[in-house]
Amino acid sequence: MAVINYDSELRRAGAHSTHGWRKLTYLVQRHMLGAIGLVIMVLFVMAALLADFIGRYDPLSVDSLQRLAPPSALHWLGTDSFGRDVWSRIIHGARISLAVGVGSTLLGSSIGVMVGLASGYLSGWVDLVFQRITDILQALPLLVLALVMTAALGPSLPNVIIAIAIPLIPTVARVIRANTLALRELPFVEAAKSVGMSETRIALRHVLPNTLAPLIVLATAQLGSTILTEASLSFLGLGIPEPYPSWGRMLSESAAEYVRTAPWLVIFPGVAISLAVFGTNLFGDALRDILDPRQRG
Amino acid sequence: MFAYIVRRLILMLVTLFGISVIIFVLLRIVPGNIVDILFDAAGFVDQADKANLEKELGLDQPIFVQYLKWIGGLLHGDLGYSYVSEKPALQEILPRIPITARLAALALLFSAAIGIPLGVISAVKQGTRLDYALRVVSLSGLSLPSFWLGLLILMASVAMFGTMPIFNPNPRTWTEAFAIYCVPAMAVGFRSAALVMRITRSSMLEILRQDYIRTARAKGASESSVNYHHALKNAVLPVITIIGIEAAFLIGGLIVTETVFNIPGVARFLVEAIRWRDYPIVQNLVMLIALVVVVTNFTVDMLYAAIDPRIRYTD
Repeated sequence: MAVINYDSELRRAGAHSTHGWRKLTYLVQRHMLGAIGLVIMVLFVMAALLADFIGRYDPLSVDSLQRLAPPSALHWLGTDSFGRDVWSRIIHGARISLAVGVGSTLLGSSIGVMVGLASGYLSGWVDLVFQRITDILQALPLLVLALVMTAALGPSLPNVIIAIAIPLIPTVARVIRANTLALRELPFVEAAKSVGMSETRIALRHVLPNTLAPLIVLATAQLGSTILTEASLSFLGLGIPEPYPSWGRMLSESAAEYVRTAPWLVIFPGVAISLAVFGTNLFGDALRDILDPRQRG
Repeated sequence: MFAYIVRRLILMLVTLFGISVIIFVLLRIVPGNIVDILFDAAGFVDQADKANLEKELGLDQPIFVQYLKWIGGLLHGDLGYSYVSEKPALQEILPRIPITARLAALALLFSAAIGIPLGVISAVKQGTRLDYALRVVSLSGLSLPSFWLGLLILMASVAMFGTMPIFNPNPRTWTEAFAIYCVPAMAVGFRSAALVMRITRSSMLEILRQDYIRTARAKGASESSVNYHHALKNAVLPVITIIGIEAAFLIGGLIVTETVFNIPGVARFLVEAIRWRDYPIVQNLVMLIALVVVVTNFTVDMLYAAIDPRIRYTD
């Protein structure tokens, strides 16, 4: 007769890890990839915050003697056609890309939550109007809409953030609206109404906190898209303008011309973009598994 | 059912109308138009000449009238004139459409051909090292910027063959055609393939948990029969939806890929027109893209209803 070792089975299922370090270790062990993603994200944030210390040169300083130098001890990742140090530009570019990515995600998500909440909770003509507007905005791919908006508003840092945030609104609003519609029918809302709570208070104090989980999952998933969209816009020359260093623009400046002569100009910025998005995707996946398993995909 | 179709068609038209208004207004938010750009380049600005040019291009009339003229022209097949080349917009856009269409079709084919089998394998072998590896690969596929992938491919082709694939509208050999069309299509399709793989995997996992799969196994059906005959047929449904949606979003990937590989398609034309502030082209191209997206979504929904008998669109 086989003896079942209950203890180890229970421990593997997380029975004794209810709080503190134990819980953290258990979560990390269970979602190893997500933990790796979080570490990558934290590394990028640290790089962005400590850019002035880690970047060895001023990202804008031109050194004509060292143009197109391959990676060496002096310039860790080489220099570009103007003699600017690639490593410094990548580190400072992290600041810009993360600022744009996080900024536009936050902006788009917050507006999207308001729209979705109002649309789902109020129903009636408000819902109808918002639905049509989200339909219209969603009919265009993210990059196309962002392209047209930057072209319309003009290239500057805040405009790029707005241009990328606006196409996010319909996606977020859709999810929040679906959630609100479901939550609205639950007994606790009816109970609150019967006690005499105002509609706004119910919406903000009871419905909104329950939509947070899918919202966090959605926002983290969108973060990868926004970083990629910013890179694409800058690559096309319609994104973040000079003098801010942007990974996407570093790739466009180095495009076909230097593909043969200076491959480090093509490889490293691309690695930076991919790694950042990869980290957010890994983390977002794990977050979704933990918070909202229904959205598994 | 018929009422649903009619309702969806009306919705389509409303959406297209809304987009036309939005794009028209957006492009005219910032003060300054093509006339300003032309005259800035010339140096000396004579107001009379400027006014004349504006009148010629129809830019002096109120926005409302300009919009109506554009829409009226659209319905007659007259897309206006390009500011830059002064040729009819239709003449500029039409020859570029087949190129982009070919790339898009190839990319979709690639993403389905790679994504669906890998997704099935990943689902069937869930929890194994292979599944893990495939999931990491698909996630990295979603993280790679497609223009960087294109640049890497260019680098590789330069390193291996010494040249880059240069676009030729009439390829002479099959290898040339492959290099011109399939290589960029794969660069674009890589991301879609990753997405299709993930959706197929999760969809298959959902299905494989169902009772009827257990019944089929209990009845003694072989593993391959269970996986393909019973599970895959049902799992394909959300995948079709995703492929349909991805078809619309391919355009974003095509924009950068056509720029990288220097392919004269519709997507790259959009970027050029935006840079040149060539409003008529930009408007028409955006409407074209919106039309493609909306029609694709509509077709996918109809396909969905046709395939899955459980879906009733009555309400």
